[in-house]
Amino acid sequence: MTTNETNTRNSIRHKHILDLDELNRSDIELIFENTDSMMEVLNRGIRKVPALRGKTIITLFYESSTRTRVSFEQAGKILSADVINVSSDGSSSKKGESLYNTALTLQAMKADAIVIRHPHSGAGYFLAQQMDSTSIINAGDGMHAHPTQSLLDLYTIKKHLGTISSKKVVIVGDLLYSRVARSNLWGLTTMGANIVLCGPKTLLPQDFLDSRLRETNHPFRNIQIEENIDTALEDADVIMTLRLQSERQKAGHLPSLREYSRRFGVTSERLKIAKPNAIIMHPGPMNEGIEIESDVAHGPQSVIESQVTTGVAIRMAVLYDLITGNHSEKES
Amino acid sequence: MPLADLGGGFFFGKTSLISNPSSTSTSMSVKKIQTDVQMKRALTRISHEILERNSGAKDLILVGMHSRGVPLAFRIRKLISSYEGQTVDVGSLDIGLYRDDISEKPQATMKPTDISVDINGRIVVLVDDVLYTGRSIRAAMDAINDLGRPSQIQLAVLIDRGHRELPIRADYVGKNVPTSKEEDVKVKLAEVDGLDEVVISSPIT
Amino acid sequence: MALNVLIKGGRIIDPSQSVDEISDLLVTDGIITEIKTSIDRPRNSEVFDAQGKIVCPGFIDLHCHLREPGEEYKETIETGTAAAAAGGFTTVCAMPNTVPAMDNQSVVEYVIKKAKETAQIRVLPIGSVTIGRKGKQLSEMSELAELGVIGFSDDGDPVEDPNIMRQALSYSAGLNLPIINHCEVPALADGASMNEGWVSNRLGLKGMPNSAEEVMVARDLSLAELTGGHIHIAHASTMGTLNLIKAAKARGIRGTCEVTPHHLTLSETLVMGPTEDSFVPLSPDAYDTNAKVNPPLRNQSDVRSMVEGLRDGTIDVIATDHAPHNQVDKTTTFQDAAFGISVLETAFGSLMTLVDNGHIDINTLIKKLTADPAKFLGMDIGSLKKGSSADITVFDPSETWIVNPQTFLSKGKNTPIEGTLLKGKIKATFFKGRKIY
Repeated sequence: MTTNETNTRNSIRHKHILDLDELNRSDIELIFENTDSMMEVLNRGIRKVPALRGKTIITLFYESSTRTRVSFEQAGKILSADVINVSSDGSSSKKGESLYNTALTLQAMKADAIVIRHPHSGAGYFLAQQMDSTSIINAGDGMHAHPTQSLLDLYTIKKHLGTISSKKVVIVGDLLYSRVARSNLWGLTTMGANIVLCGPKTLLPQDFLDSRLRETNHPFRNIQIEENIDTALEDADVIMTLRLQSERQKAGHLPSLREYSRRFGVTSERLKIAKPNAIIMHPGPMNEGIEIESDVAHGPQSVIESQVTTGVAIRMAVLYDLITGNHSEKES
Repeated sequence: MPLADLGGGFFFGKTSLISNPSSTSTSMSVKKIQTDVQMKRALTRISHEILERNSGAKDLILVGMHSRGVPLAFRIRKLISSYEGQTVDVGSLDIGLYRDDISEKPQATMKPTDISVDINGRIVVLVDDVLYTGRSIRAAMDAINDLGRPSQIQLAVLIDRGHRELPIRADYVGKNVPTSKEEDVKVKLAEVDGLDEVVISSPIT
Repeated sequence: MALNVLIKGGRIIDPSQSVDEISDLLVTDGIITEIKTSIDRPRNSEVFDAQGKIVCPGFIDLHCHLREPGEEYKETIETGTAAAAAGGFTTVCAMPNTVPAMDNQSVVEYVIKKAKETAQIRVLPIGSVTIGRKGKQLSEMSELAELGVIGFSDDGDPVEDPNIMRQALSYSAGLNLPIINHCEVPALADGASMNEGWVSNRLGLKGMPNSAEEVMVARDLSLAELTGGHIHIAHASTMGTLNLIKAAKARGIRGTCEVTPHHLTLSETLVMGPTEDSFVPLSPDAYDTNAKVNPPLRNQSDVRSMVEGLRDGTIDVIATDHAPHNQVDKTTTFQDAAFGISVLETAFGSLMTLVDNGHIDINTLIKKLTADPAKFLGMDIGSLKKGSSADITVFDPSETWIVNPQTFLSKGKNTPIEGTLLKGKIKATFFKGRKIY
């Protein structure tokens, strides 16, 4: 009678998770639902379920990152998968060649999923092209995308504010080089948020500054750019601060970190401009004192720590969805 | 209009076409095999049997299996409460992460498991709507064991449709319904579907 | 191998003589001897039936990377010139970014010798501007000029130091040879792998803005004015560059430029793979390294400007910038992949799409491939005049074919237009009367 029949589509439609431009609203909501279940597992005494028993997950990290790699490793292990970590210095001169050869080797090993982080944009796509049955999860490729980080950001917003739709989300910082910001633009747009970008012009992608973007039906046409942080933060529901790397100052994008901090640092004073129950987020690691004041980072409105726990649950959901999803595709 | 139920729980043979709006396939015939009144009686009997077997409600915890086992568990708890004056703990269990048949069937959406009490040493009564191959129950037992060590695990189901693939049996059964593998048994509950009934759908050959 | 050929019944288009008529063409002893409506077949001659086809002078490519010596795994003089012949080219100019570079007598002599032995067409060497192409010290230009280099270039790299460029333009002016510059300001293009724009933002790739080319073009034109030297802008790719050249020519500055077939027909969206829409999710086919080239494929409006520049004469010649690579250098992440497209065998077909869509007429196209490059070289080629070397190309303007790099004679299979249907196929190429394709 009613359509309260249980949703029989559990596996997401995709073979890879390379960026959030591929996921629509119901894909993301499905991941959220599964993340709820994973959060429960994380709260148990014995954090282990047999869902991915006998599956092999390989983490391939060409950029050092303890946080994300451990997050994926933990996610895989809680689901009883065999997780194998391969890390590469990335500073060897034949970077590209070794990625290709590595891909062929991994293909022969019949891994079920590969989680890749690489300093070059498009590395995940390259890998996906070379391999036929393995799922590729992008854990960060150059400046391009970091979909699981964005998913956990979206989930965190939903958890704390109840919904993402119509919320004013202000992203502050180095947008030009940020793969987290790029993925979040897709994710937040899909989930209906109102996005404001705030940062120095030199760290903003040129085409966002182009007014012609507004006239097309580009999905990002309603994103607002606001260089003055006090204006940008008015009535914000969510403030996402991005890490400012010192290389930016060296590359001539900024006069000094001090000036950046003065103009764009999220301080307790500035926090008051936002809504009283606004949340502060940061993908980590933080430069306390530069893009974010310590008091804010550790204050009552900060959800930064919960982002880490959520990260494991999201990655569990993504690994589960992708690996079990592929199976049912193959069988049918 | 419901067809005559032959009582005693056995129904086989002739079915007639009932156009059922919620039927997913137009070439299925659907027959109601339990009315709401019959379901109520079955649950009443099950609740009594649970109390009889366990000499009361002490140490009991009802764990409903997603998704329709959960409202059934709540109904049993209400019934027990009305007989014994004791409110039994209820929890819900999702076996999505414990299935052994992930590759074979499209899966239902997962909901988080919610068992907020300590199950160590307790008598866990699993509650589900339909018992079929027994694989869901096996997965449920694995899940329960990951949460603690109950003193016993018992199983209550509204409908047992046969075709066990594992050595699993229910302790409390509302109705035994022999079926063929092509048929499908659906339990509908007011809390979820807006009405109480059990239907069996068979493909028209 | 008769060097007497009668090419019958083709439409002869020779921009150098403003000829466009259906005629027969007679080659005797490797020289063009007659063009007449109906020529009787002389004895000891082959006949080539060119009915329904177009007959024109063999194409001349001013910018070609033959990779020999040093990178023979990518291409050799033999395979590169075979590919050129298949593309309708009878003369190519070999860029000096070989290993070692063509910055001295012995390397240039080697290339000339190898070409004589293995090439079936004319190969003209280009000397490097500086020793080792390092941009610090001028190469021995006059010695190289005596060997027959047609100009100097450090292509692959720009001549970064303005003073070195000034001296080079001045010195080469004395030898009456041009400096061919790959205009790219390294500081503006540092680390970039494609055009800066909405596509590079979408893909998260560092891009080089138009200014990276234009700033150096402006510089070089000014230095050409200062010195009276001849600057030839290699592979121009932006509207701004054309505007600068147009203005410079108007003031009498000796500035010329060339454009590649890909900068006339392809835009930056090719890097995204088969989808042109920024809204469609990227597929694993995105980040197509076959579309990675320097200067990068630009945006639609730049491409349109280049076509316009061809029409109004701002652009002097079409040159391929044929840059073959081995798969090993292209099968990597986009950032690591080598820059370059293998062009010789698809150049004509892709240029014909401009004719087919009415953007330019066939006479202009042929002129930019024959008479105009010949003028630049100051040589008596690129023409079907009586007495010219019988370098002839015959093509079918309506035959369609699909680009399949596996069938390329070039070792370089790196093309972004694999699988594209093109209209306009080379049917025969003659060099000094001998049919080489």
